[in-house]
Formats: sequence, structure tokens, C-alpha cells
Amino acid sequence: MADNNPAADVQQLPEIIVFGPPTIFGHYEKEFNSRFRVLKPWESPLPLSQFLEAQAHNTRAALCGATASLTAAVLCSLPSLRLIVATSAGLDHIDLIECRRQGIVVAYAASLFSADVADFAVGLLLDVLRKISAGNRFVKNGLWPVRGDYPLGVKLGGKRVGIVGLGSIGFEVAKRLEAFGCEISYHSREKKSCVLAWFHIQMSIHELAAKSDILAICCALTEQTHHMINRDVMLALGKEGVIVNIVRGGVIEEKALVTCLQRAEIGGSGLDVFEHEPRLPKELLQLDNVVLSPHAAVLTQESMEDLYHLLVANFQAFFSNKPLISPVPHHYLP
Amino acid sequence: MEAAGNEYREMPPLLIVHRLPRFKLPVAAVLRSKYTVLDQCDDPPNPSFSAFSKSARLMLCVGPTAVTSDDFDRYPAVECVIGSSAGINHFDLAAFRRRGIRLTTAGDVFSDDVADYTIGLTIDVLRRISPANRFVRAGYWPEQKEYTLGSKVGGKRVGIVGLGSIGSRVAKRFEAFGCSIAYNSRKVKPNVSYTYYASVADLASNTDILIVCCALTNETYHVIAKDVMKKLGKKGIIINVGRGALIDEDELVGSLVIGEIGGAGLDVFEHEPHVPKELWTLDNVVLSAHKSFLTLESMAALEELILSNIEAFFSNKLLRAELEMV
Repeated sequence: MADNNPAADVQQLPEIIVFGPPTIFGHYEKEFNSRFRVLKPWESPLPLSQFLEAQAHNTRAALCGATASLTAAVLCSLPSLRLIVATSAGLDHIDLIECRRQGIVVAYAASLFSADVADFAVGLLLDVLRKISAGNRFVKNGLWPVRGDYPLGVKLGGKRVGIVGLGSIGFEVAKRLEAFGCEISYHSREKKSCVLAWFHIQMSIHELAAKSDILAICCALTEQTHHMINRDVMLALGKEGVIVNIVRGGVIEEKALVTCLQRAEIGGSGLDVFEHEPRLPKELLQLDNVVLSPHAAVLTQESMEDLYHLLVANFQAFFSNKPLISPVPHHYLP
Repeated sequence: MEAAGNEYREMPPLLIVHRLPRFKLPVAAVLRSKYTVLDQCDDPPNPSFSAFSKSARLMLCVGPTAVTSDDFDRYPAVECVIGSSAGINHFDLAAFRRRGIRLTTAGDVFSDDVADYTIGLTIDVLRRISPANRFVRAGYWPEQKEYTLGSKVGGKRVGIVGLGSIGSRVAKRFEAFGCSIAYNSRKVKPNVSYTYYASVADLASNTDILIVCCALTNETYHVIAKDVMKKLGKKGIIINVGRGALIDEDELVGSLVIGEIGGAGLDVFEHEPHVPKELWTLDNVVLSAHKSFLTLESMAALEELILSNIEAFFSNKLLRAELEMV
């Protein structure tokens, strides 16, 4: 493998610009540097627009992390850009309309992370219902001999799970929870014909919440899904209800969530994503029935390695005029 | 004497409640309304306890409280013990057999919840959920932008020690995550497609996630010892939801502290409620206060089972979850 080839002339390597930088870049920087001539705006003292003008006039390809914002303004400063390779499945941070207008193709992580994200969603859910982290703290603070037993948990089996968005992630979550004896319903943009007959479709998010004990948020963040989980939906879910979010914070109206949790209008929540991450409402830190994690649902050694190979494969395909490995499907584009 | 005899006959049936003080009596109010409850832990003690308990035919054993031959000497009329755990290692079964005393357990009442919890502990250890929760709550996220990578669950090799009521449910759940399943049991289970290993050491050599969920017996005491942990290796993790004494705890602590195994999720310990302090600071270890079975639903199901069995005994009906005394 040519991953560490000190003899390679950097000038001969294809050029890419990296925005973010994404987590993957931190773990595989050496490998990226050996394959590409990498422009790193964050290492420059210049503001982004000046950097792009000075350095990126001829740059044809970009690697875009999920925390970077590829707005129309940024895209317009990259006149030669023809490819964006996103490191995430989510695309809400990229102006796809502007990409189409400028003839820029976009590749993404597709379903690469779906299993890991689904595993994490189930882990968060079990943690909330069965108080696993809270119980861990209880023992590690030396409280078991002092306080005796720990409060009862809530059984997962037999609970009605509402999957919000039955895409790749939603399906993986449903498959796992079914093995625990959960009853699965879902709400999606369209009825899924490939889905097993016993996943019930609910026509509205409100109906889904009313008929569920658990809501698993598995959909993309779009204009339609922004703040879709609002106070009404939470009240429909009810006092015993649990919400797990492992996709994008903006799907939930965060202020309403905090209020409902504080007033015990819903039973608990497992949250990996937040509207203004890495900042999150301080009130959540006071609540014992909430499990929090720092957007870690995709973070495994295995996924990072798989992602690296997928990203490189997409760039290599582009630079050799071959079809992209994981282009964003047409129906995603606005 | 005759008056006392009449009163005795009209009393609700006698029920001895046998428990350590730290185990609370479930459905106490219902029991006291239907039966003459003779609770050893009554404070102040019941003055009639000594006299009445000698005639009691039924004992309710709460929690894993030991029941020995001495107890049967003290309560010579007992014909049956209603247990409240899935485990039976706290019963002197030889004494039961010698005296022809029947025993019922919690049966399958806890199995689903324990299996669910086992998966929860596993994901927590591999994906570092507890430390992540603490990381966010301590306010590290804005400063330290990214969190440490965890280890993928799917595709891992799960090795189950004891493919019984709990183990088989654990297997079914892990399969949905894309894990492969292998097991060790006293003998091969018919109609099971999982790979069987005749020794726990061989199982551990071929396993990434070792699940300990078998019964504690003389044969399984410290079944997870140094050699098994070495075979499991640096990347392997152990989840114990069975009994603490299934694992050589000193060895386990040593292995975890020096990183000879990759992590652990432990719900049970050799000397509960005491947990080795060396484990308290390890991020790759998740600890739990023997609560893998404790849900509102399982407690309700247990209470229903206990009440139903007590009623059935006094009506000479069939008992549920009765242990076959072989």
C-alpha cells in the first residue's frame, strides 16, 4: 500500500481542501497527507474567504466535516470545485441547492455508520430505562453499602417503539429492538414497501407519539423535520415516554424538551446530539433520567477505518474520472 | 387449651417469612391480609413466633437468603419453600432432598430483564456510554472537542457461559446486532445452531464478549479464573450477571487494572454490597448494584407468582416454577 511513501512528490498529488476539520482527519492525517496535497484553512491566520481566494482558486475537490458549514458564500469562493466528499450521513450543513447550481457533485457516508449509530441508540435507551450510568455512579461513589438498593428500572420488552424516519438508521434500530420483544411502529416520508409487514406505519408524528412508549429519532434534519418533535408531540408521548436522539439536535425543540423533562411530562431522554452543540442546556445536567453523550454515536475504531477507506475511494474515483462510490442519491437533493 | 386450639384452627394459614433484614418483604400488605405472617425480622418480635412457627407448613424465602438444615430443624413442619430468586445456590438442596421438601423459584420471571440488561452493560462498556455521560456532565465537551473512539458491537464474537433461560435470550438479542454466538454449557443443547465449546477456556479463546450468566454451583465456582481471562485477552470484555463467585474476583481486578483484559460490566460481586475500590476509577468498567433483574414489571410478575404459588399450596394445587429435585 502506498500509504507511507516518503518519495512521493507532493506537487504531483491531487489537491483537496479540508473543511472542519473532521474527526477522521485527526485520526488519519498522515495517510491523507501521503495521498493528497491538503489545503488546511484552519492552520492559516487568514479569514476563510481570504484563504480561499489566495489558495483554493483551482481546487476541484473538498473533504467536508459535519461541523463545517458549506454555505453558498463559501461555495462561490471555490470556482473550480466539482466534488464535495462529506464525512457524515447528514447533509444539513451543505447548501445542496447551491451545489446543484454550480454543478458540484456530493458524496457522503451513506449507511456506513448506521449499525454503530443504531447500537448506540439502543445503548442510550437501555441506559435511560435501566439506569445503567446512574447506577455505575452510585456504586463508584461508594453508595451501595450505605444506601442499599437502587431504584427499579423499566422493562424494555413489550414496549411500543416509534421510529421517526425509517431510513437506514431507523431500520437498524427497529431490527434490534424487535429482538427485545418491542412492538415497532414508524413514521416516514413515505410508506416503506420493503419493510416487514409487522412494522406499523403511523400517518402523523403525533399519532406515532400517542401510540408509543419510546420515540427513536432516526431521520435527517431538513426544513420539514426541524423542531418536528415539539411540546405537543412530547405530551402525546406522555409521562412514561422516553425520547432517544442520535441524529441531529434540531429535530427536537430543545427548550420544550427541557421543560417537559423538568416537569416530568415525559419520562426520560437519551441524547447524543443537541441544537447548538457542543453547548447544551445546563438544566439537562441536573436531571437523573437523562443520559447525555458528546455526538459519539459514530465514534468507533472500526467505523473510522471504514470511513477512511470510503473517503479515499471516492476521491480516487473522482480524480480518475470514474463513478463515485457513494454519491448522494437523487431523491436526497432538493 | 381448647379455646387456643379453636383460635388456631380459625387463623389464616401460617406463613414463615425467611429473610435477611436488607431484603424487604414484597406484597407485605396482601400477605398479612390473607395469611398469618411470621416474619423473623419483625421489630418488635412477634411473641407468638416461636410457638406458631413450629406448625407452619410453608416458608417464603425473600432474596438470596440462605436456607439450611438448621432452619428446617427450627421449623419442622415446613413442607415447601417459595423462593423469590432465579438462583438456587443459597439453598442447601441436600437438606431439601433428605426431608422431601418442595421448592419453587422465580422461574423465568427475570430472564428477559436480565438479558436486556446484559446487552445494555455490553454496549455501555464497548461504546463508553457511562464515561461519555460523565464527560458531558463535567463540562468537558466544549473544551475537548472530541470524545474517545469506542469499539463496534456488531461483528463481535459473543461467548455465553450457560445457555439457559437467560443465556438463550441474550443470544437472540446479540444476533440482531450482527454478532456471532458461541457457548459453553454442561452439555450441548439440542436444536441450537450456535457453536459449542466444551471448555470455558476454549470458548474464551474464540470470544470478544464473554457473558457469564450460568448458575452458581460447586462446579462453576470461580469458573472464570486466570487462565480464562488470559485466553480472552486484551481486547476482550466480560459481562457478569450471574453470581459474583463465578469469577475469581481478585484475578479479575488484577487483570483489569493492568489491562490484561479490555473491560468489564459487572452486576454481581463476591462480597456484595462491597465492590473492590480499584474498579471505581476504571472507565472501561461499568458497575451495577445487583439490579439486572429489577424492573417494575419483573417485580410485579414476581409478586404475582409468589401470591399464586402460596395460594396454590394451601389449596393443594399445582405449583409454578417448581424445582425438580433430582
